[in-house]
Amino acid sequence: MTMLRIPILTVGTAMAQIWANKVRSMLTTLGIIIAVASVIIVSSVAVGLKQYMLDQFASFGANKVWIFPDWPDDQPERYTWRQIRITPDQARGLLENCPSLKRVSPIMSMQARVQVGDRIRDFVKVEGISPDWHEIEQRFVTVGRTFKSIDENEKAQVCLINDKGVQELGLPADPTGSIILLDSRRFTIVGVVETKTPSPMFGGRNETRVELFIPFSTGELMRPEPGMYVVGQTRGAEYVDDVKAEVRFYMRRVRGLGPGEPNTFGVEAIDQVIGQFNQVAAVFSAGLAGLVGISLVVGGIGIMNIMLVSVSERTHEIGLRKAVGAQPAVIMLQFLVEAVVLCLVGCAIGIVAGAGVIALLKLAPDSPVGKSEIPAWSIILSVAFSAFTGIVFGMGPAIKAASLDPIEALRHE
Amino acid sequence: MSIRIRNLTKVYRMGTEEVHALRSVNLDIADNEFVAIMGASGSGKSTLMNIIGCLDRPTGGTYELGDVRVERMSATKLASVRNREIGFVFQSFELLGRATALKNVMLPMLYSSQWWGARKRAKDALHSVGLGERMGHKPNQLSGGQKQRVAIARALVNKPRILLADEPTGALDSKTSEDIMALFRALHEKGQTVILVTHEEDIAGHAKRIIRLRDGRIVSDYPTDKDPVHQDYIQRALEHAQRMADENATAQAAPVLATGGPA
Repeated sequence: MTMLRIPILTVGTAMAQIWANKVRSMLTTLGIIIAVASVIIVSSVAVGLKQYMLDQFASFGANKVWIFPDWPDDQPERYTWRQIRITPDQARGLLENCPSLKRVSPIMSMQARVQVGDRIRDFVKVEGISPDWHEIEQRFVTVGRTFKSIDENEKAQVCLINDKGVQELGLPADPTGSIILLDSRRFTIVGVVETKTPSPMFGGRNETRVELFIPFSTGELMRPEPGMYVVGQTRGAEYVDDVKAEVRFYMRRVRGLGPGEPNTFGVEAIDQVIGQFNQVAAVFSAGLAGLVGISLVVGGIGIMNIMLVSVSERTHEIGLRKAVGAQPAVIMLQFLVEAVVLCLVGCAIGIVAGAGVIALLKLAPDSPVGKSEIPAWSIILSVAFSAFTGIVFGMGPAIKAASLDPIEALRHE
Repeated sequence: MSIRIRNLTKVYRMGTEEVHALRSVNLDIADNEFVAIMGASGSGKSTLMNIIGCLDRPTGGTYELGDVRVERMSATKLASVRNREIGFVFQSFELLGRATALKNVMLPMLYSSQWWGARKRAKDALHSVGLGERMGHKPNQLSGGQKQRVAIARALVNKPRILLADEPTGALDSKTSEDIMALFRALHEKGQTVILVTHEEDIAGHAKRIIRLRDGRIVSDYPTDKDPVHQDYIQRALEHAQRMADENATAQAAPVLATGGPA
């Protein structure tokens, strides 16, 4: 009962003590304040950077997988291109056989001579795609329409073009309905696709080129045995491993690969890149933990020092409390509570200071840490570690106070 | 019986020297006694008071307080005994400067098992020492006598077996001292056991029994009205008062002389 009542009643006394010695308390808790503020700032910035990264991934296409022809590393000469290449039929079976895949689009890349009026461009990049490509790549049509299944089924001579192409080829701002020649075939432009320069983080060179897109089936007419690969989108980040397994199983089955044979294709996902980022983040966190540990020890020594001063200053009072019947354990508890309250006050100041710095960082325009937010765990961690520091470093002075001789203490002035 | 002390000894070690503060003290104090313990400094009276007050433990002998043996108790158990059985009044009041009179009186209950109703009991205690109107005052807003009343209220609040006062009037003027001693007498009349430690004969005269120590031994233990030293003191005090009265009478008879010289 007493052990419960004393801490509650002591909190008020401790706050009064701290308020009475504002400057001293502030200087004492500086270590704690710095430690907590740095935890708050660094963890919030980490959240902001991670969000920034994820946004970059999202613009690049989240949860993306590639399925592409690949010679086995150890015996490439055993397989011919015909065995390695991905066929349109194999690509078409993917969605049906891999339940963790949400969307797929086969892509065939070719280069063609393009002519609009009397403007001619050679070696222009032309890709045969299916309608899901827009969602997977996060590149949508700004003017006109996307491909429809009828374009695909009818092998229609229609195409999409990017903004850059509209400029380069001198097309009107709304080029829908314009005629364009691709390797001397007449195509009608039905829409304009956003140009997206991948962030330098993903190896994008800061240049955009003319791009043309045609229905995949139309592409098959132009290139009967195309060099192609497949992009897909998983149902969610957690399905990446499932998708890889399903694709491998399906591809090995349709290619009739025996148990001893290596894969004659590749499956890669964006998660490798995320994994690298997480590794960097882990190193970062370990460094942070060390920094905070050191600050807390320094802060704790400050707390211990001030508690020792407090015990000497109040020796007489301790003597009186003991004379009227305070048990040693109760005196110890009282000083421990005081140390913990001191640390928690420092912690509160640190949290406010950290939050202030984060608010300032977010004011900067286009800041990569613009989406920083103070994670709940960092506050819980700060409070817990501050209280722990108070207990550990308050213990010595508290024991000193508890073991004072009441007569000596009363005589002390 | 409130206190039963047998063969009590206390030896301090100061460097290589042993100091015998108490040498085989035997003492019984019954319930509802009013006892003064007297002695010069170094006589062992402070040591005896500390042991009676359970602040210190004897080197040898036994000490029964009520029906418990306290001479070998741990510091924790002694603290509980002090809390329940002893009310201390000190020469320098020993109030907490930051706290109001009421909060000061509540202090011992903070460490007892009876916290509920603490405020009510503290108020009752303050009323009983005549400070019902000043409960919200802090020590620096109170006179010396009022401070000592707060301290007495604090000593009484847990209804202790013994009220132990160490030179309670040492920091007070003689008028206030009389008031405080009247309060002790009133408490004794209501049944409180009071033990007074003092070196002033006229303060000791308020008690019903005087115990004198010298060199760690009890040298005399009489009821106040039979104590030869005290009776002698009273006699001399009376004579002194008589002489002063005579001189005053003479001075008034010859006012020229009284105003002539330096006072």
